[in-house]
Amino acid sequence: MGALVDITKCIGCESCVVACRLYNGLEPGQNEGYRTAQDGNTELAPNKWTVIQSHRTEKSEKQIRRFVKQQCFHCLEPACASACFAKALQKTPEGPVVYNEKLCVGCRYCMIACPFGILRFEWDKPFPRVLKCQMCLGRLADGQMPACASVCPTGAITFGERDKMVGEAKNRLTSNPDLYTGQIYGVKEAGGTSWLYISDVPFEQLGFRTNVPEKPIPEYTWQVLRWTPFIFVGWGALLTGMYLYTKRRAGVHEEEEMYAPVDDDGK
Amino acid sequence: MQKKHWTFRITGFRLLLILFVIAAVAISLYRFIFGLGSVTNLNDQWPWGLWIGFDLLCGIALAGGGFSTALIVHVLHKEKYLPIARAALLTSLIGYIIALVSLFLDIGRWYNFWRPFFFWGYHSVLFEVFWCISLYTTVQILEFGDIFFERVRFPSLKKILHATMPFWLIIGIVLPTLHQSSLGSLYVIAANRLNPLWWSMIIPFFFVWSAFFLGPAMVTIEGTLAARAYRREPELPVFSSLTSVTMWMMIVYFIVKVIDLNYRGVFSQAFNGSFESNMFLVEMIVFVLLPIVMYAVPSIRNKLWGVFTASVLVVAGVVFNRMNVVFTGMAQSAGGHYFPTDWEILVTIGMWSALVLIYCFVVENFPIMPKENLVSHESSMTAGQSVHM
Ligand code: SF4
Ligand code: SF4
Repeated sequence: MGALVDITKCIGCESCVVACRLYNGLEPGQNEGYRTAQDGNTELAPNKWTVIQSHRTEKSEKQIRRFVKQQCFHCLEPACASACFAKALQKTPEGPVVYNEKLCVGCRYCMIACPFGILRFEWDKPFPRVLKCQMCLGRLADGQMPACASVCPTGAITFGERDKMVGEAKNRLTSNPDLYTGQIYGVKEAGGTSWLYISDVPFEQLGFRTNVPEKPIPEYTWQVLRWTPFIFVGWGALLTGMYLYTKRRAGVHEEEEMYAPVDDDGK
Repeated sequence: MQKKHWTFRITGFRLLLILFVIAAVAISLYRFIFGLGSVTNLNDQWPWGLWIGFDLLCGIALAGGGFSTALIVHVLHKEKYLPIARAALLTSLIGYIIALVSLFLDIGRWYNFWRPFFFWGYHSVLFEVFWCISLYTTVQILEFGDIFFERVRFPSLKKILHATMPFWLIIGIVLPTLHQSSLGSLYVIAANRLNPLWWSMIIPFFFVWSAFFLGPAMVTIEGTLAARAYRREPELPVFSSLTSVTMWMMIVYFIVKVIDLNYRGVFSQAFNGSFESNMFLVEMIVFVLLPIVMYAVPSIRNKLWGVFTASVLVVAGVVFNRMNVVFTGMAQSAGGHYFPTDWEILVTIGMWSALVLIYCFVVENFPIMPKENLVSHESSMTAGQSVHM
């Protein structure tokens, strides 16, 4: 499944943020209250799986303001899941990349791996979790859309099969070339993501990471890792060979006679 | 020749180290109860800090002395280096234990630490690191068992260990080769995050190669310090002749580095005056080229001060490189800010203090160092002769 966010349609009302909070039972922290994009940007947090960030920029010499919904991109080939050595993060066949706290070791390598810097860690808990958007897995199973998409009053979020969403994005770009920039963010980034964005302002002005490689991130790792068995066997064999070869020439020595404990008083 | 009692004299300096260890233990307990955020400055932009960057990455690299001397002495049978072999193994073993302890401190859900043994996330580099480090620490304990049972008599066990030792030695070189390199591979995944001066598809090669050439330098430093502490004659001829291993490997390292930068078309970034480029230049000039030159000049490498200083540069350089990968190179993409808290630093100091204390205890109670009067026993001492040439 996939979602298409049309940045031109978002008015920054944050209904999606509230819906996410209610559906997933995310309590605001102490002294935190409900800060909105109007008060200044909030960042993703363990209890904020999606936020709206506002960006001021210029277009045709006019000051404008755009709102960007942030959440996990649910990559088609997620770097976070490939980095996790405990299989706590996994890609489900339907699309969501989900986290299972029972398996997690808390090593935070997934956080190093995510090319979008999405994951959040519970730094103040003795047994912290790594949290992020789960694409409302339970709702998808019931055939519903994610909570955020279902409440958007302006139709900025469209939800459906990812292929259809890519098609829809292309339609909008071609039918309105004067408005949109012509780029669909998420089609190629990190090998493709389930969340797609179209916009009338270049993405680099909206805080998107524009240096994300197009090659699926796990492939980099795999290119290196797949050598492991060969190195193991080859290097092992080479060492054994050298060991046997040089052993014959080496003199016999009585190792045990050679060493002794040292005196701590320096005698 | 066996001593009868376990000895460990408490001096003022050792008392200080013990205090550091106690402080580190106390802080760790606090961290386990109140979470990582309560003692560290780590945050979502900087999920890995001092403990992973220094204690784990550097600790393991510094323990490289174990596998490079094992290769030189036990596989290539260059027996003249035997006098330093056991001390190198010991430092390496303690280094690994420190690294494992700091890893344990750093993982959030530590009661789950065993999971990767059963849930095979084999597509993760961390999986390889985890397995190799655990296995290699076990192997090192077995290797050390051979020495242990010379002091604590247990003939039947010692015999089995001795007979299987060649196998452990070889596994004990293959495993660290793999995971020294995979510590580098950990960062392959940070393709758009680590600065291109350090990110490379062959970063695993740079990591394992530098861990290897660091070994002899580490042995030199450790041997010199131990000789001073215990008022012995340092094994200068061994140190001097080991420099050629390090020097040639560093020359290769430097050449490959330049070729790699050129190949990826980022060579010019090394000179663009940014913070990253300056750190990179310091790394290359002060910590790679300078020691190569010092090792190349006989009048420097044959003097104790010379070989010692150059070795300090080599070791500091590898630490500097790892820090650049973990911090300098990631700074731009991470945003945010990280500097370790006093607590984090204290824990690190405590762990390295523990290393010194354990080292002293073992050296004073087990046959690790070569006997001083080696030359007089000429009959069986081929190794001894070459040392004292
Ligand atoms: S955006 Fe990051 S956290 Fe989400 S699936 Fe992709 S790699 Fe994982
Ligand atoms: S922190 Fe948890 S989810 Fe992330 S890589 Fe480590 S074990 Fe996997």
